[in-house]
Amino acid sequence: MYPSLLHDSPHPSETVVLSKRYRLPNSRSIDTYLANDGYKAFMRASQMSPEQIIDEVKTSNLRGRGGAGFPTGMKWSFVPRTSPKPKYIVVNADESEPGTCKDRVIIQYDPHQLIEGILIAARAVDAHRGWIYIRGEYRYLIDIMDEALAEAYARGWLGKNIQGTGFDFELSSHTGAGAYECGEESALLESLEGKRGVPRIRPPFPAVSGAFQAPTILNNVETFAAVPSIFLMGGQAWADLGIPKAGGTKLTCLTGHVNRPGVHELALGFPVRKMIEDVGGGMRGGNKLKAMIPGGSSCPVLTGEEAWELTMDYDSMAKAKTMLGSGGVVIMDETTDMVKACLRIIRFYQHESCGWCIPCREGTLWLKKLLTRLDEGVGSAKDIDLVGDLADNMLGRTFCPLGDAAALPTMSIVRKFRHEFEAKLAKKAVSMAGLPQLVSING
Amino acid sequence: MADPVTFTVNGKSMQAPGGTLLIDACKRAGVEIPAFCYYEGLALQAACRMCLVEVEKAPKLMAGCTLPVTEGMVVHTESPAVVKARKTTLEFLLTNHPLDCPVCDKGGECELQDMVFRYGAGDSRFTEIKHHVDEKQWSPVVYFDAPRCILCYRCVRICDEGLGVKALGVTNRGAYSEITPNLGDHLECDECGACIDICPVGALTSGIYRYQTRPWEMEHVATICTHCSNGCKTTLGVKNDQILRGNNRDRSGINGEFLCIKGRYAFDFVEHAERLQSPLMRVNGKLEEVSWSKALSFVAQRFSEIKAAGGKFGVIGSEHTTNEENYYLQKFARQGLGTPHIDHRRSGDLPALLDALSSKQNTLATTADLYNAKGVLIIGSDLSQQHPFLAYQIRSDARLHQAKVFTVTEGPVREDKVATKAIRAAAADHLATLKTLADDLKSIGDLIVVFGDSIKGAAVAELVAFIDSLGIPAKYVCLVDYSNSRGASDMGLLPYLGPGYHVSQQPGMSMSEMLADAALDALWVVGSNPLKNATLASPKAFVVVQDIFLSETAQRADVVLPAASAYEKSGTVTNVCGEVQRIRKAVSVMGTKADLDIFGLLARAMRLELGQATPDKVLEEIRSTVHGYNVPLPVIATGGAAMTAPVNGRVPAAAHPQAIQSARDTLFTSGSLGRYSKTLNAVLESPGGLYKP
Amino acid sequence: MTFSPELEKRFAEMAGKYPEGRQKACLIPMLMYAQDEVGYISEELKAEIARRLSISVLEVNEVVGYYTMLRKKRMGKTHLQICTNISCLLWDGDKLWDRACEKLGIGHNEVTADGTVSLEEVECIGACSWAPAIQVNYDFQHNVTIDQLDTLIDDLRKA
Repeated sequence: MYPSLLHDSPHPSETVVLSKRYRLPNSRSIDTYLANDGYKAFMRASQMSPEQIIDEVKTSNLRGRGGAGFPTGMKWSFVPRTSPKPKYIVVNADESEPGTCKDRVIIQYDPHQLIEGILIAARAVDAHRGWIYIRGEYRYLIDIMDEALAEAYARGWLGKNIQGTGFDFELSSHTGAGAYECGEESALLESLEGKRGVPRIRPPFPAVSGAFQAPTILNNVETFAAVPSIFLMGGQAWADLGIPKAGGTKLTCLTGHVNRPGVHELALGFPVRKMIEDVGGGMRGGNKLKAMIPGGSSCPVLTGEEAWELTMDYDSMAKAKTMLGSGGVVIMDETTDMVKACLRIIRFYQHESCGWCIPCREGTLWLKKLLTRLDEGVGSAKDIDLVGDLADNMLGRTFCPLGDAAALPTMSIVRKFRHEFEAKLAKKAVSMAGLPQLVSING
Repeated sequence: MADPVTFTVNGKSMQAPGGTLLIDACKRAGVEIPAFCYYEGLALQAACRMCLVEVEKAPKLMAGCTLPVTEGMVVHTESPAVVKARKTTLEFLLTNHPLDCPVCDKGGECELQDMVFRYGAGDSRFTEIKHHVDEKQWSPVVYFDAPRCILCYRCVRICDEGLGVKALGVTNRGAYSEITPNLGDHLECDECGACIDICPVGALTSGIYRYQTRPWEMEHVATICTHCSNGCKTTLGVKNDQILRGNNRDRSGINGEFLCIKGRYAFDFVEHAERLQSPLMRVNGKLEEVSWSKALSFVAQRFSEIKAAGGKFGVIGSEHTTNEENYYLQKFARQGLGTPHIDHRRSGDLPALLDALSSKQNTLATTADLYNAKGVLIIGSDLSQQHPFLAYQIRSDARLHQAKVFTVTEGPVREDKVATKAIRAAAADHLATLKTLADDLKSIGDLIVVFGDSIKGAAVAELVAFIDSLGIPAKYVCLVDYSNSRGASDMGLLPYLGPGYHVSQQPGMSMSEMLADAALDALWVVGSNPLKNATLASPKAFVVVQDIFLSETAQRADVVLPAASAYEKSGTVTNVCGEVQRIRKAVSVMGTKADLDIFGLLARAMRLELGQATPDKVLEEIRSTVHGYNVPLPVIATGGAAMTAPVNGRVPAAAHPQAIQSARDTLFTSGSLGRYSKTLNAVLESPGGLYKP
Repeated sequence: MTFSPELEKRFAEMAGKYPEGRQKACLIPMLMYAQDEVGYISEELKAEIARRLSISVLEVNEVVGYYTMLRKKRMGKTHLQICTNISCLLWDGDKLWDRACEKLGIGHNEVTADGTVSLEEVECIGACSWAPAIQVNYDFQHNVTIDQLDTLIDDLRKA
């Protein structure tokens, strides 16, 4: 049917909380869900006040799992619950950050957990309608989600008067159509409304003016999926799974040159070295770690040396001048052509740039042309300088973070692996020896 | 208005109401923050990033166009970081911009050139290949060159928000994003050219103007459009005595930068091949070219003969001639020829309105009032077609000030989209229908009532009485058709009213009565075409016609005198609201004379003492004798608009108000003049229609 | 223009999922599902959807040009999408791409002459831990080797 996304069993170093039902037979059916603590968290939350629900999420230290890492409880608290406008819940299942493939796993193996997380968020802000925006390429997952939604409706976990609580909630899926920028929250909301995926001017933020200009909670799939566990075990207990200031667990996508790539649930603060050697089964072919992207291609790239001593959490990565990001870990060994990698990354951002603002649309295209040339070895040292300079001219100047996302990896690669660029130029350089002397016109 | 806050820009302390956008606050204080996409009155974009400035305590440069000022904010607009940001953003923009300056129409007026000159780098480091897309033509009027486009989205916004047409959008993505027209490869729109003029670069260019000249080679003459009655300023670009373009990019005039297709492009009638350039006299039944002296002396001779014999003169004036000309003509008729039979084609019942408003103060709306009113009631007119600038003001009022708009019209109109209530009713039922809005209107702070020819005669007084009963302050606009229809009325081209609406000592025949009078001895028609749809009953009438083309009426004339159009003479005209503005001579067409000159020459030939026939002298007389026209000369002389203050007492009613009718022009027709504009007829939307949005 | 009963049912149910008066939200889902049936976004389809949603064709064009999955011309009966983004690149996804182009004799967004297969070099499809990955229409195939690709293409050509 669909390819399996899991190894036969979780790695012993994983902290299995969110992913606890994945390997159960028929894991995504509502019966399996109900038989395994399913929808208990929602019923518990239904006994709490909205303030209590938000406090519990704050206590858990849950931070946005899409990449930005904004404290979730705080985000929910920004929604003006007493506004006369309806409140909405929107799920960001646009998952397009290169290196990231975890939201897919959640939907394929435990869609009801996502539904339950949405319901709890809905109770926190008195929302009665929501949409799960799923990228267009994930059509089979939209079908799976639709099936799960139909099950939930049929069994009274969605719709009017859910399980007699008096709470109504309507939820449906909504397909994207191929645009990375629609993973940016305000561009997603524009796409939801049937428009081009161009971000909005902020403020106002989605919490105040979101879907259809109404107050909205917009979070990543994994963020919502983590919520039921928080209410089952308690916010503090969930936080304690991780480290102070970085609570809970994170689905981490190990990709690239490891022996055992895959999606694993790791506690926040997990050491990089252990992640690669243990969970990842070591470097492919026993090769050395040359570079690592910690959380999706929008992060500054780390050298192997830099990465080796770090832990997978927000502060550790920030100190190393990169980010924890989406959880898309890309491991590059010594066979990796860093120039080619840099080019491919820029090609991505150029292709996905929405075109709204000058620095991003013109900058990514210029960088792509420049790097294409440098990858072919045609250019000078000034051109290598230019790469970093152009990226720097995009940084902090664009309408949305895509400009930064393009600039950061580019600047880090050209700075930390400059010798590879120089080597390509040297290989292609034409020697002037033996050629006739050029004539100077000005005497 | 929010409480003022104090903030610092470049070390200087400033104050502005809290919430003012930083870019606006700085502009008012004389500090320029450059921007392409920011445009006052249109939705914010924050797309071009040229307005990035340094704000202390902010983590990165902030866009001044979307940042409201707050108490204690410290801003630096010329710091090294800001200077670098501007320079490099322009460098990015120029990477795909073609080096077209030598051939691009916008050269010399280009905001990108200006920006690069002030803020850009001396050279570009871009050495890659540019992406080329061929230029496209979207209509006879609009050309689009995608590589030049900087994607500021002004064109999209002006067409959508400003005009309410929404004929432009953006397609594709990233650096391949492109402005796209509503029919895929061509436009169906108002063809107003607003997109072309608002474009900061030469991406959108005019099919009428392109490749003919550089802007500094032209003389720019600011005058008033000669088509509809709204009184838009159009600045004509003239080279070698030829009008090459019209626009109002300098935003002078009551219309800001608004112009419709007529104001921007329909000046080409001036050089139409069929322009009358020689006087004509009927010899043996055929019109033949004669000299001016022969024609004038013949007319003077025949007029003198008919006058001596006590014959009956009929005089029909124009809705396009200047106030000076209208005033002089009625003086010529009443004093010179001793005839009371003088009229013009009436399209709105102004006398009835003035009568109903007698003894009230401040009840006539200006075009500026339409932008500031809290409520507007539109009766019996498809404004976007017939009065596009008034429609623009009202639409902007609704968009920016949340004004409440009500439409009572015989069919759908564009204003319905911003209306609180839009009601369809036949013309005869308009009055009764609008009365049903009493409760809606009562709650509005102030109201402007704009009405067309469905409200005339006794209905006008009834309308005013109804509005009075609502108990809210109200102003009125009585719609008339052409550039000086209002002036024709104000200057007394009416059989029973003299200049300033004074009762004429001796009432005369109306236009239809003159034409139907089999005993009429002479008919003098100036700038009008009554025989287009009517016949002249009197077979022996001596007919003299002054016009710019050989109209149907001119074809019946005994003598035809070639007149100058409004773009070839100076004087004043009054718009539909009563605002007086000066028109200025832009070009000359050989063989023609201004109507006022012709009057003066005839008066001299007939030895009549009617005063000097020059615009200045006649205006002096108007200012001192015509009620309400004591307008300040400096305002007129410097290109401003001065509101007249019409009569404040009772005005007798017209004898046959049912004759008052609008010509029902659309955006693409203009009475007898429009057929001579190639541009108006070349666009696919022509001739267009009313009440089909 | 009418669609299959299933599609009409989906459209009918879609409108109710969005707030009153905001049915333009149906635009992208309608285009996506209709494209599956019609094969691509034709002029007729655009006009039909614009009519149903009471929006202009211009608004539809703005959207169609922006989203890469909305195709303005017909692709092959089988549309092969091969990812060459960073995680797949590290597992030689680019070599898969080159191989596909060579075997089929076409390039990016092109269709074979007999209309059976089309190719697209795509950005990250979310299969990074199972690289190199491709999509065959909507189906994912993971850990694809050159041999597996060869077999796949051969089978598609035979069909």
